[in-house]
Amino acid sequence: MAHILLKDLRKSYAGQEVIHGITMDIPNGEFVVIVGPSGCGKSTLLRMVAGLEGISAGTIEIDGRVVNDLEPRQRDIAMVFQNYALYPHMSVRENMAYGLKIAKMPKAEIDAAVTRAAKMLELEPYLDRKPRALSGGQRQRVAMGRALVRTPSAFLLDEPLSNLDAKLRVQMRMQIKDMHLNTGQTTLYVTHDQVEAMTLADRLIVMNKGIADQIATPHEVYETPATEFVAGFIGSPAMNIFTVTAEAGMAVLPGGHRLPLPGLAAHGKVRLGLRPEDLEIVDASTAAIPVVLRSIEWLGADAFGYGMIDGSDALVTLRLAGSTGAKRGDRVHVAPKEGRLHLFSAESGKRM
Amino acid sequence: MADTSQTPLTVRGPARTIAHLWMILGIIIVAFPVYYVFIASTHSVQTILRPPLPLLPGSEAIANYSDAFGGGIDRIGGVSLWRLLGNTTLIALGIALGKIAISMASAYAIVFFRFPFRMACFWLIFITLMLPVEVRIQPTYKVMVDLGLIDTYAGLILPLIASATATLLFRQFFMTIPDELLEAARVDGAGPWRFFKDILWPLSRTNVAAIFVIQFIYGWTQYLWPLLVTNSNEMNTIVIALKKMISFADADTPWNLVMVTSILAILPPVLVVVLMQRWFVKGLVETEK
Repeated sequence: MAHILLKDLRKSYAGQEVIHGITMDIPNGEFVVIVGPSGCGKSTLLRMVAGLEGISAGTIEIDGRVVNDLEPRQRDIAMVFQNYALYPHMSVRENMAYGLKIAKMPKAEIDAAVTRAAKMLELEPYLDRKPRALSGGQRQRVAMGRALVRTPSAFLLDEPLSNLDAKLRVQMRMQIKDMHLNTGQTTLYVTHDQVEAMTLADRLIVMNKGIADQIATPHEVYETPATEFVAGFIGSPAMNIFTVTAEAGMAVLPGGHRLPLPGLAAHGKVRLGLRPEDLEIVDASTAAIPVVLRSIEWLGADAFGYGMIDGSDALVTLRLAGSTGAKRGDRVHVAPKEGRLHLFSAESGKRM
Repeated sequence: MADTSQTPLTVRGPARTIAHLWMILGIIIVAFPVYYVFIASTHSVQTILRPPLPLLPGSEAIANYSDAFGGGIDRIGGVSLWRLLGNTTLIALGIALGKIAISMASAYAIVFFRFPFRMACFWLIFITLMLPVEVRIQPTYKVMVDLGLIDTYAGLILPLIASATATLLFRQFFMTIPDELLEAARVDGAGPWRFFKDILWPLSRTNVAAIFVIQFIYGWTQYLWPLLVTNSNEMNTIVIALKKMISFADADTPWNLVMVTSILAILPPVLVVVLMQRWFVKGLVETEK
């Protein structure tokens, strides 16, 4: 059980700052997912919490204790690595028991802990196998088991599912969620996969180039993205974002179409975001945006239409019903649903 | 894991025969002198000195071998063959194990620790590759004299222990160990000693075996250095003794005993290679970790 407090955490490599001051209070038992594109510093942040990377500035507190200069083993954390990092020469049992053995736990207690974790992860038949004799999913579970037996105060997971195939990933995702519900342990989870992020997290940290763009629940992140980056990163297919000119009560879209926006003040250039599912096909009218469809991806229940605003090269993605009759080359009219617009500053990218 | 039954080229027909003939020819060229030594060790001196030497074993084998172990000892400076073999084994083992200990330790430091002048240390070790024993033999000899290590096992072993080659081999191997393994061990609470003992050492065993074989043979066949630092016959290695046996006038040389001694000098390294072959090959080819 741990309460983790990050205060203005910074990391520099050779004078180059890569984590630009992250502050976050993670209460005991929360599942926090750090999500972002590759190179955004999400793994670095996790590794700083783990004690595998030094801290250039700021502090990390676990349960009120500053752990900046403590070795990983003194922080009472357990970590699951992307490629599992199982000890190849040890059996599954030895892999899971290793940390406990070092902690000089009595043998009987080690056995009990390993058996309990193995049972929970359905690893009992494999306890005496070497990692190389296991499938990817089994290895992943051993890595989880190694973290579980420790009953640490916090779990750190670094892209634990990215080496698995799609089906297994869904299965393991649910298992991780269950595990968290069972143990109630504070968990930090790094991923670049937004489905994992949205489904697992109590709260998300959306990272962009070493900055936490938004720290909020998945719902808030989706409904009210704090920056244009978050808006574009979370959601699939990605949000449509255009540069528009804000006039009083009206936005001028690419191609010169005027979209009535009551209450909008004249503001010059702004960025307008519209999620694909928030655009509805309507009858032609002056308030509607004409779109020429270039292709339709039919997925069964849904279909995605890709096109351009008529008279411009601004790309638009639409989410259509599976029963849509729209075809490539059609000219359709769409209108945003009421109150589903996102406006971002053209300069800072921040939500307006 | 390398599968030896699969070769990149499967050659059939005459090409295959030619390939085999070519390899057999190679083996004959390499093995014939050794075979000849063995043949000579089973004949009397008279037969050896009267050319041509027969191509088949003679009848003197038992006499020659028992003479070498028992009676002929004064031929090699009053030291028994057992003593010589013992000396050589001790020195070869000392050199091989010492090299492994030192080079593993230095490779461990260079690969897994961040300390000032780490790369400088690495390059210093690397540069010594260009300085064989012969180049630094005079200063090394002086040091041994000053330390009073002439005619001691320490004097025979210590100067040959430092090994840039083995350090490099271990460094290359250690660099293939994924960082995550080290990090997982750190999270599990393993300090540097435990990581080495519980994880690095078990994973290095095949490499250690390969390097042991190479260095054991290196130690066994040392000639120049043992020649310099030993004065007493008691401290001779078998290679030196062999040389001393034939430094008399040709007719006076007990060639049959020389050949017996040669066979005995070859045997232990061959045994080491044969017995450790499986590990040895594994250590050289294994890439999957």
